[in-house]
Amino acid sequence: MKKIATGNKAVAEAVKQANPGVVAAYPITPQTEIVEQIAEFVSGGLMPSRYIAVESEHSAMAACIGASITGVRTFTATSSHGLLYMHEMTNWAAGARLPIVMANVNRSLGPGWNIWAEHTDALQERDTGWLQVYVSTVQEAYDAILMAFRIAENNNVLLPVMVNLDGFLLSHIMQPVDTVELGDFIPAIHLPHAIDPKHPAGYGTLTGPDQQFKFRWDIERSMRDSVKVIEETEKDFAKRFNRKYGFTEDYLCEDADVIVIALGTLGKEAEVAVDILRKEGIKAGSMRIRWLRPFPKLNLKGKDVVVIDRDYSFGFGGIVASEIKAKTGISLYSVIAGIGGQEVTYDDIAGFVRTRRIGEELWFGVNAHV
Amino acid sequence: MFEIRIHSRGGQGGVTAARLLAMAALHDGKYATACPFYGAERRGAPIVSFVRIDDKPIKVYSQIRQPDMVVVLDTSVMDTVDVLHGLKKGGRIFINSAGKREFTGFECRNVDLTGIALRENLVVSGSPILNTPVLGALASMGIITAESGKKAIREMFSDERNVKAADAAYKEMSA
Repeated sequence: MKKIATGNKAVAEAVKQANPGVVAAYPITPQTEIVEQIAEFVSGGLMPSRYIAVESEHSAMAACIGASITGVRTFTATSSHGLLYMHEMTNWAAGARLPIVMANVNRSLGPGWNIWAEHTDALQERDTGWLQVYVSTVQEAYDAILMAFRIAENNNVLLPVMVNLDGFLLSHIMQPVDTVELGDFIPAIHLPHAIDPKHPAGYGTLTGPDQQFKFRWDIERSMRDSVKVIEETEKDFAKRFNRKYGFTEDYLCEDADVIVIALGTLGKEAEVAVDILRKEGIKAGSMRIRWLRPFPKLNLKGKDVVVIDRDYSFGFGGIVASEIKAKTGISLYSVIAGIGGQEVTYDDIAGFVRTRRIGEELWFGVNAHV
Repeated sequence: MFEIRIHSRGGQGGVTAARLLAMAALHDGKYATACPFYGAERRGAPIVSFVRIDDKPIKVYSQIRQPDMVVVLDTSVMDTVDVLHGLKKGGRIFINSAGKREFTGFECRNVDLTGIALRENLVVSGSPILNTPVLGALASMGIITAESGKKAIREMFSDERNVKAADAAYKEMSA
């Protein structure tokens, strides 16, 4: 059924349909609407989940871990400082192989006190063992949540999944969303290592130097295995619900001389820039990275590449640009734009492409090539 | 793509008006996005909300700088806000006002939504409701169909006075 919803409401609707056993969360702008809506579903009897209102995000993730280890489906949502406050526990969730799904509404980090879109929050969680997907429409936010549960809970994965949506630009924007009849798209959860009082076992015990690396390698092995699970899940989703997704969303890339790469809404706006550039005779394309973990295979050979980072690693560079350089070995034009919700239009993006300087870095608004 | 900027004061329902417009456009078989100005809203302060309507999926997230149309729900914001800012040449204006206004180079229409809301007893906490009757006015200007406007209102509000007020605005504008 088609209706108009904000990104936050669409996420809450998808969570309702996925029907987790436990939701534990703490409100934070611009995510609050998600947990408010879920709390309303639960208190109104529309969602049989147990809703645990906690006093902090650290506790939210700890409660999710406690719930998930009993073998129930578990969800939480957060943003920015909330996500960073969880950091110790996000590592634990992945290490304990718990298929928790989290919506993270991407927001800048303070100070200054800024509530607008930026990806640095999620990217600081890059190395925790969570799968990460970035969405670009309200519809995609809804769809990604449904798929996230199935991917996380797949017994070849058993890792948590973070669905990222841009603060305000997606969390608060209203767009059409076509909800689905879920059917058996998400199978019943079966956690092989769930706590079972009949078969007592130790959890989180002291693990020596002769064992720890095996657990770490096992996370990486599952991360690699998740590629296939993601592909299968997205394929089945397309078959059932007629909406296609992939590791990247490629727009006019095949014959392109220059490709713009970005995450989230900037990646969608880049398609408009591509249309403008094509009219000028510039063969441009857009490649929006959806899955950042596991990192996609990118075919960028022979192309000029312009990467827009709504994030930064101080003393190093744009995080997405750095990852692409490391994985592909190419040289590229790195643009830092959209920090703290900085306005970036399709005209600006077209400008980045026209004036690109491969091998250099631009801080948009600072006007200095570095 | 048709881009609309709505001026109102926090609490007057400008954001809901944007949402209703998007819902109506969806019923008309179009794509739409609606959004508040991205930030903190304060009751009584001048605010803007935006609507984009198109025949194809909308990929633009940056703010509307050159709207095709401006809607003013509260003329008092015009004392401090340049509501014509960036409006395209020949662009359209709708103003909630009993008195006709002229702006050189633009097409301006008006109707007294506040009066209509008061007549229909569409008042909540002492404030006349403007965000449902405005759909009737905009339907009369051809932005949405009257039928879709009413459908959107009924989806969001069970009180039929909202629909009656939208009807009244439509009729007054079309007369």
